[in-house]
Amino acid sequence: MVEKKEHELIVSVSPHIKGEESVSRIMWSVNLALLPAFLMSLYYFGPRALLVTLLCIGAAVASEYIIQKSLKKDVTVSDGSAFLTGLLLGMNLPPGVPFYIPIVGSVVAIVITKQLFGGLGYNIFNPALIGRAFLLISWPKAMTIWSESTAAFVGLDAKTTATPLGILKEEGLGKLIEMFGDKINLYTQLFVGNRAGSLGETSVIALLLGAAYLLYRGYITWHIPLSFLATVGVLAWIFGGKSGLFTGDPLIHLLSGGLMLGAFFMATDYVTCPTVRKGQIIFGIGCGAITILIRLKGGFPEGVMFAILLMNCFAPMIDRSVKTKQFGAIKETKK
Amino acid sequence: MSHIHRTNWELIKNGVFSENTIFRMAISLCPSIAVTNNLKNGFMMGISVLFVQVMVNITVSLIRNFINPKIRIPIFMLIIAGWVSIIDMTMAAFARTIYKDISLYIQLIVAFASIFARAEVFASKNKLVPSLMDGIGMGTGFFLAMIVISFFRELLGKGTLWGLPIVAGKPLLIMILPAGGFFAVGILMGFFNWIDIRFYGGKGASGA
Repeated sequence: MVEKKEHELIVSVSPHIKGEESVSRIMWSVNLALLPAFLMSLYYFGPRALLVTLLCIGAAVASEYIIQKSLKKDVTVSDGSAFLTGLLLGMNLPPGVPFYIPIVGSVVAIVITKQLFGGLGYNIFNPALIGRAFLLISWPKAMTIWSESTAAFVGLDAKTTATPLGILKEEGLGKLIEMFGDKINLYTQLFVGNRAGSLGETSVIALLLGAAYLLYRGYITWHIPLSFLATVGVLAWIFGGKSGLFTGDPLIHLLSGGLMLGAFFMATDYVTCPTVRKGQIIFGIGCGAITILIRLKGGFPEGVMFAILLMNCFAPMIDRSVKTKQFGAIKETKK
Repeated sequence: MSHIHRTNWELIKNGVFSENTIFRMAISLCPSIAVTNNLKNGFMMGISVLFVQVMVNITVSLIRNFINPKIRIPIFMLIIAGWVSIIDMTMAAFARTIYKDISLYIQLIVAFASIFARAEVFASKNKLVPSLMDGIGMGTGFFLAMIVISFFRELLGKGTLWGLPIVAGKPLLIMILPAGGFFAVGILMGFFNWIDIRFYGGKGASGA
């Protein structure tokens, strides 16, 4: 259905060269790029992770199919965007959530955030993140029970614990270093992903691997992730320290929480970020600043989700404000 | 509007269905989100607006021939403010606990678009009985909307109705937060539009 439509709608000047890229191709590539992080979540959180992720994907795809059927639109389940929303939502959930949570989250993400606004390309907010925000606000308790990362399939019941950012907020950096032995071990474990957290956010190296693939294919550009991460790093260094300005630890803020997942896979969502490069940098800086504000001063330990959602609102305004001038346009003189 | 002759029943149906303040006209949405997180507040708010709407329509209709058109806006304002003060003071005296929650929004009835609009487009051009019926219709429409919204929000958000426990726990906490108010109003508005299109061909339930 999608393929046929694209052929019908080609109206362009010569030369008629057509690339192979299409919406479904990009979407499935992003799904593929998330595969390493998904595998790491299986390794650390076991079969439960698989179950939660599959529930999310299943519910997302099913609700996309049902709502498109009932609204009498073309069914575009096969383009992978609903699959991607489900996968991203699954990666944003704690491992031990009760099973109604992934389902409700997916339905909210697809039906309310995406389809009621007009479907793919028309949504103002990132569907997976709205789904998660809805869940976090509705069931704050169930959404913040983090289980320890036990190397998979050991068969032990997972113990619950706080996330590194939660510990950082409540008890400070010293306690965190004490837990992991020394500082180097702390960074290594965070980098590999051996820590409590949402399913797909823990393993920085797996996420970077996927991001490198997307950057190589040109599906995302460096503008948003880099400005996002740099802002978080710099602001964490300036304001993150207990003993004064410029004493914070930027690495711990960069490696923990959902920052990598958010910066590379969610802030770069084509639909909800600015399209102009300059605007994308402003967007990334805004995301970073709000993230650090929430992490250091807000009520939640983690702020990536709310930061991206808040900046999503501003995306059209940013685009308008950095519009490039037409060549040869003259500045209007005031009379 | 005033030149079409309508029966009293049609006037009431018009207010409740085809020109429902919240779901069809989408005006006065501020209280529909602010005070509808429980049924009791929604009910009192609805009753207050119903009362003010009816009394303003009656008053304006009675004195419509004595109002100089040039200063009609301030006159309407004074009439509305007078009736709002009466309901405000009554509630302060006899319903103190609820008054604490919603007093701000009771006083805001003075600035309600729906009440002002009915005074301007209907009551100031019609006789007493049609104006009374219009006021009852419009007020009831608002009242029912408040009841429906707050019913779902309290039931889903707190698991209670009128303060009595119905469902254990808090099934969907977001519904009593402001964001949930927007969800509730939006989804119900969509639902009523769907009913309208599906069963009445988009012409409004009263067939007008």
